[in-house]
Order: sequence, then structure tokens, then C-alpha cells
Amino acid sequence: MSQPSEKMSARNWDEFMEGIWRQNPVFVMVLGMCPTLAVTVSGGNALSMGLATTFVLVCSCGLVSLLRKLIPKEVRIATYIVIIATFVTVVDYVIQAVSLALYDALGAFIQLIVVNCIILGRAEAHASKNPPLAAMTNALGMGVGFTIGLLALGTVREILGAGSLFGVSLFGADFQPWVVMVLPPGGFFVLGAWLLLFATLERRKQRKLVETAQNA
Amino acid sequence: MNSEAILPQTTPAAAMIRTLGLIAAICGLIIVAAYQSTYNAVQENKRIAVERAVFKVIPTAGSIVEYAALPSGEVEKVGAGGSVPAGALKFYAGFDESGGLAGIAAEGAAKGYADNVRILFAYDPATSRITAFSVVAMRETPGIGDKILVDKDFLASFPLDATISNDLKALANAIVTVKHGTKTKPWEVDAISGATITSRAVGKAINDAAQALLPRIAPNLDKLKEKS
Repeated sequence: MSQPSEKMSARNWDEFMEGIWRQNPVFVMVLGMCPTLAVTVSGGNALSMGLATTFVLVCSCGLVSLLRKLIPKEVRIATYIVIIATFVTVVDYVIQAVSLALYDALGAFIQLIVVNCIILGRAEAHASKNPPLAAMTNALGMGVGFTIGLLALGTVREILGAGSLFGVSLFGADFQPWVVMVLPPGGFFVLGAWLLLFATLERRKQRKLVETAQNA
Repeated sequence: MNSEAILPQTTPAAAMIRTLGLIAAICGLIIVAAYQSTYNAVQENKRIAVERAVFKVIPTAGSIVEYAALPSGEVEKVGAGGSVPAGALKFYAGFDESGGLAGIAAEGAAKGYADNVRILFAYDPATSRITAFSVVAMRETPGIGDKILVDKDFLASFPLDATISNDLKALANAIVTVKHGTKTKPWEVDAISGATITSRAVGKAINDAAQALLPRIAPNLDKLKEKS
């Protein structure tokens, strides 16, 4: 990873990357599993859900951060929820205006972004203690990380379960889809497989570290 | 951590109320702005979705008019607001290019395997038959229940006979879904083997809606035929 020379941009880069890699909401923190498992039946659904959540994350973290000195700590959770619910309502209308088919596909999970623990978690743990730029950068990283996580599930499930990617058929008419992959259990299978992959990589990395330490 | 956090702090009630009020006002403004700016696009999308669904089941239609069949036996056009009076049944009349009545479409719903199967069916008043249906919304198992959209034998059940009985109270023969391969009458739906529950839901949805709606429409057909 390249190190930007200026201290400020290095810090911003760090804030941004936190959500994408070190603290990835799906694969590291395993947060927000309800939409992660439920809407990732296709790449398109996963991408739209990820973008909607990212928008809510960035906007609510920005507003929470702007108002952080004003918000008394006794009523902070209520305030955060009101702010998050506001942006979820905005997203709800925007998706309806863009595509009703998408709105039907995502169903109740758009409204359920209100209670997505990634967003309330970011507002409480980060945005309420940092200036708007840092809060929004961090939120953007988290949102992108969440979107990547959803896409990792959505694309695999769509390819295996429907034989297509973003609605484009990949294997022709003779392909017999692995239907269980687009059913709820498929979400658990694919998530489990990804977590297994990351855990294996992590263990291999640690073993190498130990070996180099012993050799030295 | 700054030193303030260690000191005991008490926030006066007025400050809390002021902050909450301010934030509620900001949020209210944002929501109203979003609602106002997307309203037209959302309404347009809904209209297009309805049109597309109706044109799919009545392919010869060039324009549609929304009607409500009132319990009194009258039919009337649905106003711009799109709301129908209590007890009335909503349906769509499709007109072809020359202005003739191409068909009537209405929604029906019945419990399927996972959730309600909501369908839109087309009725041809000239031949008293249900000519086609399409799915509005369903959560049936992919690969099993959704065969209702592609299964050849099942789709070959259409058109279905929907003649209205002589007393104009119901259909002469109720539309029923029968076991796969046993369809003999023109009002029977040939079930898909392996997806019987979903097949039955389609039959029941059409039957329930047609039994309620078609007898109300029958006396008003002449009124519907004159467009405008």
C-alpha cells in the first residue's frame, strides 16, 4: 500500500481503508447480516442495496458529525435514529422514483436500513467524535466495504443460482441452475465459504510470520 | 479523551428539547424536500408499471382506462387520484387503436406456497373467456413455483371459459385447477406436477376475482364499449 506524503491525506486514506479492509463490516465485523443474507440473490440487488446503505451512512455520519457538539449525550441515540431514518426515507423515495422493480425486489429491506447496526455503530463510535470530513470519509469507506461484501455474495449467488451476472445470462439455455443458492440457505453457504476463505488466508499469513520469526 | 468528559455534566431539559426540536425540523425539511421532488417521477413510474402489466395481458390494447365496479352494479371511471370507493372493484379496460374494447384486465390474489400470489388476468368480453394472466407479485420458490410463467401445459389451459350464469350472479362454471393431465373442460386449469400449490393459487385467484367482478361488468359492457 502506498503511503501518501501529507499527514492529513494519510489519515484520510487510513479512515477510508478501515471499512474496506481492516474493519470490513461484512467479513470482519460480521455486522448488518439481515440485509446481507436477504437481498443478495443477485448482483444488481446487492449493488443497489450497498449504494443505498452507503448514501445513508455518509449523509447521516456527516450530519451527526456536524451537530455533534449540539447533541446532548442523554438524547444522542434518539437523535441518531431520527437522522438515519430521515435519510432512509429519502433513499426510499429516490429508489421508487428510479425503478419500481428494484423497489419491489429490495422490499422491506430498504426501510430496515434504519436499524442497520453498521450505521448506528458508525454514528456512535466514529461520527460523534470526529469532524465532518473524517466522519464522512470513514463512512464512505465503510459503505464501500459493505457494498463489496454484498457484491461478493450477490455475484456468486447469482452465477450459481441463476446462471447469470447482473441479469446477463452466462452459460446459455442448457445451464441447470443451482437453485438453492438463490434461496435463503444459499446466503449462509456463500457467506460461510467467504468467511472460511478469509480465515484460511489469515491463518496462513500468521504461520508465515511465525516461520520468518523463527528463521531469523 | 478530553477533560470535560470526566466532569459530571447535566444538560438542562430546555437544551435537550431545543436540540431535538432543531434536529426534527432539519430532518422534516429534508424529508419534505425529497418527497416533493420525487413525487412526479414516482407517480409516473407507477402509471407505467400498471400500463405495462395490462398491455402484457391484453396485447392488442393501445390505451387503458381505469374503472371501478360499484356494489350497486354501476361502473364508473376512477379519478386522477386513483382511489376507488369502498366495496368497489378496480379493473382496467383496454382499447385498441380504433377505439374498440380490446379486453378487460383485473387483479386477483390467492395464497400460494410462500405468500400471496398476486396476478393480473385479461378477460375478453366478446368470447367470455379469460385469455391470459401475468404475475404482479409472488414469492414462490424459484425453479418450482415460478414454472407457472413458463410451463407449456399449464399455459395451454388458457383461454379459460368464463361464461356468466343466466341469472348474472356468478360464473356459469367456477374456474378450478385440476390435477396435471386431467383437464377436460374449458374452465379447468391444468396444474403443474410438482408445483400444484402455486397452480391452484393462480386458479383460485382468477376464480375469486372473476366471480366477484365479471357479473358486475356484464350489464355495463355497452357503456364500456364507448370510449372516452
